[in-house]
Amino acid sequence: MSAANWEVVIGLETHVQLSTVSKIFSGASTAFGAEPNRQACAVDMALPGVLPVMNAAAVDKAIAFGLAIGAHIAPRSVFARKNYFYPDLPKGYQISQFEIPVVQGGSIAIQVGEGDKEYSKRVELTRAHLEEDAGKSLHEDFHGMSGIDLNRAGTPLLEIVTEPVMTSSAEAVAYARALHALVMWIGICDGNMQEGSFRCDANVSVRRPGEPLGTRREIKNLNSFRFLQQAIDYEIRWQIEQIEDGHTIQQATVLFDPDSGETRMMRSKEDAHDYRYFPDPDLPPLVIDPARIEAVKAGMPELPAAMQARFVVDYGLSDYDAGQLTASLDTARYFEEVVAAAGAAQAKPAANWVMGEVAARLNREEKAIASSPVSPPQLAGVLARVADNTISNNIARKVFEALWNGEGESADAIIEAQGLKQVTDASAIEPIIDEVLAANPQSVAEFKAGKEKAFNALVGQVMKASRGKASPAQVNELLRRKLEG
Amino acid sequence: MSAAPATVAALAADLAAGKVSAVELATGALKRAEASTLNAFITLDPDRTLAEARAADALRASGKAGPLTGVPFAQKDIFCAEGWRTTAGSKMLGDFVAPYDATVVARGKAAGLVTIGRANMDEFAMGSSNENSAFGAVRNPWDMARVPGGSSGGSAAAVAAGIVPAATGTDTGGSIRQPASFCGITGIKPTYGVVSRYGMIAYASSLDQGGPMARTAQDCALLLNAMAGFDERDATSLQRAPEDYARDLERPLDGLRIGVPTGWLGDGVAPDVRAAVEDGLAQLETLGARRVEVSLPHAQYAIAAYYVIAPAEASSNLSRYDGVRYGHRAAQYTDLAEMYAKSRAEGFGAEVRRRILVGTYVLSAGYYDAYYLKAQQVRRLIAQDFAAAFEACDVIAGPVAPTVAYKLGEKTADPVQMYLGDVFTTLVNLAGLPALSAPCGFGEAGMPVGLQLIGDYFAEARLLNVAHRLQQATDHHLKTPPDASVAAAGGAA
Repeated sequence: MSAANWEVVIGLETHVQLSTVSKIFSGASTAFGAEPNRQACAVDMALPGVLPVMNAAAVDKAIAFGLAIGAHIAPRSVFARKNYFYPDLPKGYQISQFEIPVVQGGSIAIQVGEGDKEYSKRVELTRAHLEEDAGKSLHEDFHGMSGIDLNRAGTPLLEIVTEPVMTSSAEAVAYARALHALVMWIGICDGNMQEGSFRCDANVSVRRPGEPLGTRREIKNLNSFRFLQQAIDYEIRWQIEQIEDGHTIQQATVLFDPDSGETRMMRSKEDAHDYRYFPDPDLPPLVIDPARIEAVKAGMPELPAAMQARFVVDYGLSDYDAGQLTASLDTARYFEEVVAAAGAAQAKPAANWVMGEVAARLNREEKAIASSPVSPPQLAGVLARVADNTISNNIARKVFEALWNGEGESADAIIEAQGLKQVTDASAIEPIIDEVLAANPQSVAEFKAGKEKAFNALVGQVMKASRGKASPAQVNELLRRKLEG
Repeated sequence: MSAAPATVAALAADLAAGKVSAVELATGALKRAEASTLNAFITLDPDRTLAEARAADALRASGKAGPLTGVPFAQKDIFCAEGWRTTAGSKMLGDFVAPYDATVVARGKAAGLVTIGRANMDEFAMGSSNENSAFGAVRNPWDMARVPGGSSGGSAAAVAAGIVPAATGTDTGGSIRQPASFCGITGIKPTYGVVSRYGMIAYASSLDQGGPMARTAQDCALLLNAMAGFDERDATSLQRAPEDYARDLERPLDGLRIGVPTGWLGDGVAPDVRAAVEDGLAQLETLGARRVEVSLPHAQYAIAAYYVIAPAEASSNLSRYDGVRYGHRAAQYTDLAEMYAKSRAEGFGAEVRRRILVGTYVLSAGYYDAYYLKAQQVRRLIAQDFAAAFEACDVIAGPVAPTVAYKLGEKTADPVQMYLGDVFTTLVNLAGLPALSAPCGFGEAGMPVGLQLIGDYFAEARLLNVAHRLQQATDHHLKTPPDASVAAAGGAA
């Protein structure tokens, strides 16, 4: 096969679980992980006679999403019933939106690739609509039977659908990541992919350049970015092979098996359901007036793109740094709190610390920045002491570590208690240098013979002897004066 | 004929005066219900009934009684009531005990009404004769060989026979009005959205509406006061200030314009029914009303539209009865598909299966536009017809059904013949309007005939006013079935 002769067309449908306290049409809790069927009320279980009532919080989250992507918020949208039988679908239909969704259009900017090959692109969205999740069927541990857990039934979802505009798995993953960051940023989804809060379906087709769209196959339920990429790549190769071998692609729904790395058929077009959509007579049309949109807008955080641009202007950061810091709202907020405490002049070092030491430390302990043991004012305290030469960058890392471990309340307290203040008094450093020179005649000889390396070794010895408290610049200067003098 | 059983109003007065207790009334009603051969009840649970009665007496003793506290009534077996078997007339729910109260049930409890039993009905309210009940047909107390009408046939028969002074009903295409007409009692279907549907087992959600059935319009007004009101658990419930539906009962009818739709008293109506309805209209004219002709040009399409929309919604509403979580499940099956197929085939009766099939068909890809969308267009046109008619009149009047109650088994072989009996009722549900049936005379074989009064949206109080004035001037509603020995046994309680 020769992939170069093929164009790939990908569209994504993403199910984003909205982080509401209660379900979309009932008062039951949406919390994850309860005992099976303990968070399913009469409405979720579809007892005879029960009726759905719209959860206003879910609507507000859909509006927030629409605003964040510059979409049209439908002043009147309609809930429809999608009818099919399945044991974990208690009513025998799913309440969704079909002909008139609440969010229409909009787009999301993505960055694809790295280095020289990096490019930006705008992914257009078709729509985003509100719907309810189904329960779960459990096929293990029931000895020839199936268990049904309805805790998830009725959990609010926003299904976000793109136009078929992505041309590679890299673009699809970049879009999915950008969407994932955005829904967490605006606080409508917890983003937890393991728990199924963010799941993608990928529609993939291939065609030769200039030809009309090929027949698509839909890969269902991809709940990690890695699986999304692997599944699409496999599907592209498979479809190209099929066509090059003289077969035609049949429209189908497939599942990705992470163990084999392959997709396999779930159902063909012939098996496709006739869902018999019709407007749900239990729910009046969803009417959204401009005042409600304004109210949601007023409660929304500054969006990442706007914040990135502001960081460049306000703090003199590079586009790249501003982008890194605005990867999540919590990171951006942490950074701004550090700068607020340390002063705008410290923005660049603050950015370096947040992206470097703080990120690495959090990563190592798998902690979120919002629950960082070192608070923004504490980090600002460290930066201030570096800025006024009280401590070196090396000592600053020690102070940070001490703050992380709760060894003191502030940088100053730790510097004081552990005697980490930088020594800048020449009369205190000179005796140490003399000792080091006396103890290392070989290095001295080498330096005099022209080996610059030996000088660095001597600096290191002095720093070590001062237990890091000597100013490296000052040690350099004094040492060189002694050796050359 | 024996003396008419006491009305809700009379019993309420006796209870308030301390002349009788709720327990005494309930005991009498239970005796009559147990002695009755009408098959009006699916479930009687004397322990529960007496517990409710004792609670009502206690409420009165504590000085917290409402106007209806202690009044006995029959609850249509379509309203979920915690602890009561709630079957909707179906084998599918033959052993279903509701774990929660419908809003109508909760309101009844709050008012201190005492449930005598669960009234028989056509399965899932699908039917016009009460012959579609999995618990057997109900008989008409005026002639045991005839049907009581449906789907609220048990409710109508129990009231007509004097077992209870009142009952709840539901009306999707005439299911309160037609049995009220067939059994010679009064029943009102309120404006869609006035009575909460929460806990009322759904047949066709956009058409279903609960309402009271009783001997008199006044009783219906008192009961509607207890049943109606906004409910946040029903998104189609209407948010309006509470009203007293009895407030206009005594209002004079002078100048009232009564619209009679063109053709409604023509060949499509049996002569005996036509004569009784004409009598009723003449009586209203005597009381000061003026008769005008109005036109409902799209009414002729109502049955067709109704029998598309109602089955469409029903096919979806009844999908939840899949044998998975509750209700009937086949004893043996080899896979999931067979479990569904057998459970549903065994659990549902023939008429329910027929409507599920029709509904599934009209919603299918390729047929949706031709049937469902077209029917929705008809629905809008009918509502527009009514809006135009109410420019020219205050209340619309006509028959409820083209004939009096027919014989058991007479129409069961031909469902379409049965459907055509709904010609004067379904259009009201399609438009969402309020309408009632009040006795206006007797026809063939001494069977009762009802006069239908249709009002504009929220005109319940006006409709009850017209019916009340009619009932003050006539005694049709006071007549009791020829063999009311069962009723007489405890009628005066």
